[in-house]
Amino acid sequence: MLDASSWQALAGGLLIGLSASVLMLFSGRVAGISGIFQSMIFKSDGRAWRASFIGGLLLGAVLCHALIGKPVPQLLYSNPLLAIAAGFLVGFGVSKASGCTSGHGVCGLARLSRRSLAATACFMSAAIATVAMVNQLV
Amino acid sequence: MKTLIPPLVAGLMFGFGLALSGMTDTHKVIGFLDIFGAWDYDLAFVMGGAVLVALISYRWISRRQRSLLGFPFEHADHQGIDRQLLLGSVCFGVGWGLFGYCPGPAIISILYLETANWLFLAAMVAGMWTASGRQITS
Repeated sequence: MLDASSWQALAGGLLIGLSASVLMLFSGRVAGISGIFQSMIFKSDGRAWRASFIGGLLLGAVLCHALIGKPVPQLLYSNPLLAIAAGFLVGFGVSKASGCTSGHGVCGLARLSRRSLAATACFMSAAIATVAMVNQLV
Repeated sequence: MKTLIPPLVAGLMFGFGLALSGMTDTHKVIGFLDIFGAWDYDLAFVMGGAVLVALISYRWISRRQRSLLGFPFEHADHQGIDRQLLLGSVCFGVGWGLFGYCPGPAIISILYLETANWLFLAAMVAGMWTASGRQITS
């Protein structure tokens, strides 16, 4: 039932939870990636700590692939128009909703926020419905 | 300078965790969302593990008045559950289900040197800008 990739998923999840704990304990901040990234780009104050977090995010992924040899994933879809449409929907949606899988799905749920629970229910069901519909069509 | 270290460490752990868990692999993500088809449940351990750790640590951290670096704790906005939150989340979920990236993995994916990933991230930034980039408050 639980193979190596299940254990890696669990270990990755625990690390993400620890990351959220570190950022809250030391900096008093919620580890919401979409908000941190958007503010890093569009807002001038607080840019340094946000860039530090995003830089760490990139470096952490590099370390994972380089140090423990996790294979670099191949894309399931690589159609450029699909990438643009999906990327726009993700960016527009998380901005309107003030959060994504990390801010609402992890930190918000851990804070027992009703807003985050509602957001998580919406994006999970929309994503599941989208995959089901795409699989019907293809 | 020392205020930049916790965000860097948190980013490192988050990026390592995302890459290790399979969240940056669009095959794994779409397989996880395909609950009516050949469901790959591994990624449920990511959110489960992360929420569990953060749930415990946030309870413990919330006994403090301020963060270890002396910053006040970022409070969840006390807006109710409104249309922006729900429709934004649905929009995000559709984009996530169409391609397989939520914002964190989308940022990391620029390291994988695929044109589609760069287009996705550029479109995500455009989507954020369209939604609220000009008038961001937090």
